[in-house]
Amino acid sequence: MTTVQTATGPAQTMVLNMGPQHPSTHGVLRVLLELDGETVVKADVDIGYLHTGIEKSAEALNYSQTITLTDRMDYLAPLSNNLVYCLAVEKLLGLEVPKRAQYIRVLLTELTRIGSHLVWLGTHAIDLGAMSVFLYCFREREEILKIFELVSGQRMMTSYFRIGGLALEPPVGWTDHVEKILQSFPSRIDEYEELLTKNRIWLGRTQGVGILTADDAIALGISGPSLRGSGVEYDVRKYFPYSSYDEFDFKVPVRTEGDCYARYLCRVEEMRESLKIVRQALKKLPPDGPIKADAPGIVPPQREKMKTEMEALIYHFKIFTEGFAPPPGEVFQRIESPRGELGCFIASDGSPKPYRMKVRAPSFVNLQALQKMVEGRLVADVIACIGTLDIVLGEIDR
Amino acid sequence: MTDTPDLEQNPTVAKIRAWQPVAVANVSMFRGELTIVIYREHLRPLGEFLATDPNLAFTYLSDVTGVDRFPIEPRFELNYHLLSLSRREPLRLRVRVPGSDPVIDSVVPVWPTANWHEREIFDLFGVRFEGHPDLRRMFLPEDWEGYPLRKDYPVEGPR
Repeated sequence: MTTVQTATGPAQTMVLNMGPQHPSTHGVLRVLLELDGETVVKADVDIGYLHTGIEKSAEALNYSQTITLTDRMDYLAPLSNNLVYCLAVEKLLGLEVPKRAQYIRVLLTELTRIGSHLVWLGTHAIDLGAMSVFLYCFREREEILKIFELVSGQRMMTSYFRIGGLALEPPVGWTDHVEKILQSFPSRIDEYEELLTKNRIWLGRTQGVGILTADDAIALGISGPSLRGSGVEYDVRKYFPYSSYDEFDFKVPVRTEGDCYARYLCRVEEMRESLKIVRQALKKLPPDGPIKADAPGIVPPQREKMKTEMEALIYHFKIFTEGFAPPPGEVFQRIESPRGELGCFIASDGSPKPYRMKVRAPSFVNLQALQKMVEGRLVADVIACIGTLDIVLGEIDR
Repeated sequence: MTDTPDLEQNPTVAKIRAWQPVAVANVSMFRGELTIVIYREHLRPLGEFLATDPNLAFTYLSDVTGVDRFPIEPRFELNYHLLSLSRREPLRLRVRVPGSDPVIDSVVPVWPTANWHEREIFDLFGVRFEGHPDLRRMFLPEDWEGYPLRKDYPVEGPR
């Protein structure tokens, strides 16, 4: 016990250790809470329990091999991670990806956004005592994961986006499964809203909790729905369109209250907007056409060509033995991941391996807001605040 | 790295040059991304200028990235990825820090978000930030030896 000065005078405080093994910390987050009774005086966040050294590993792998590492950062949105890395390398190379591949990328990353928001909604609700929402959310997420499995062969560690396009042609009839989701999903979102939006317990636990003002949010570098819940309109898809996002018509939900409830409403609305984008992408999608850029030496040649063309065989051999070497220089690519501004910085020295690869993880930056949000609030609100920030520890620790 | 002549006409570059002509070491453009290399003693005052000047308004710091150019000296390179939300313009500031004296002013007073970014760079590169409110290791245990993202650090760990 130590004595500290609080707003109401001197107080005896105790330190409570929360995590790293605690279900409501969404992974291995450890928070040292200094408490005055049940009021939080200070929250010190301790991370690093999942540090995997992905950035260091990337320096020892060639550009194509690094893609498999990116899946393992934000494991709830692997395709968004694939996308930011591929876009960064493509920018470095000055490579243009065919439209069809761009639309498929948009379609799949928007499905990823919905899937990730479903996990967030389910776990956030279960943390605050609403068990049934969790079960519904995971039921729907399974349908989305089935589509990922259909196109890439993997439910989670997809590695489906490759430098210059996609790994393989999606199977015939895969769009029917997307159509099915488009039909069933709007009513499912209504169901979640029926359970939560006007639920008195939900309102009590989220309204006015974890308030973040717009100025604080910008100063702390918050991004994604957590920033838009505070009234700042920043969405990378609108500000710096990538992968043909400028051709899509969608709204960016913004709320000004800045509390957990506002962030909840933003994310639910975002799921509806994502469905709109998926519907448009499906309409725009040409039935056939190339899914890989025409870039010999960077994109592996077709299997058939290797049997008849000498050059294709040589390129194939060179790509898989030494890789390809982009020109020296540095690029920083940002995209809007489900959690916010996901950035990838690559420094090339002209060799086939990245000289330095760094990921700007939105969860890492957003978590800095926790201290500000829980100060002077009750311990129970800490749970709500961790949930509302929608963090993924794999991405924070990298 | 291509240095095109019309870069001096860029309004951001012109404003920084007008503010402090000796602060800028180099200006370059690669793949549409503007990079301004500045000398380290000017970092914090320039940061304050960039964040508070209403015509620049670089109020949002996305990221701080360290790069180790070992054995070239000055070996450390810090890249500050800034964003002006009102003008929708990104900017990269680059500062070089020598290996013999890896110290630089902290920008936490300008952009509070730099707090964890600087702790991460301190943890993995061993660059110290003068005036940082709480400079501790970010990911690794407190008793860890060495700085893993330095190029002369063995991949297998310390021996």
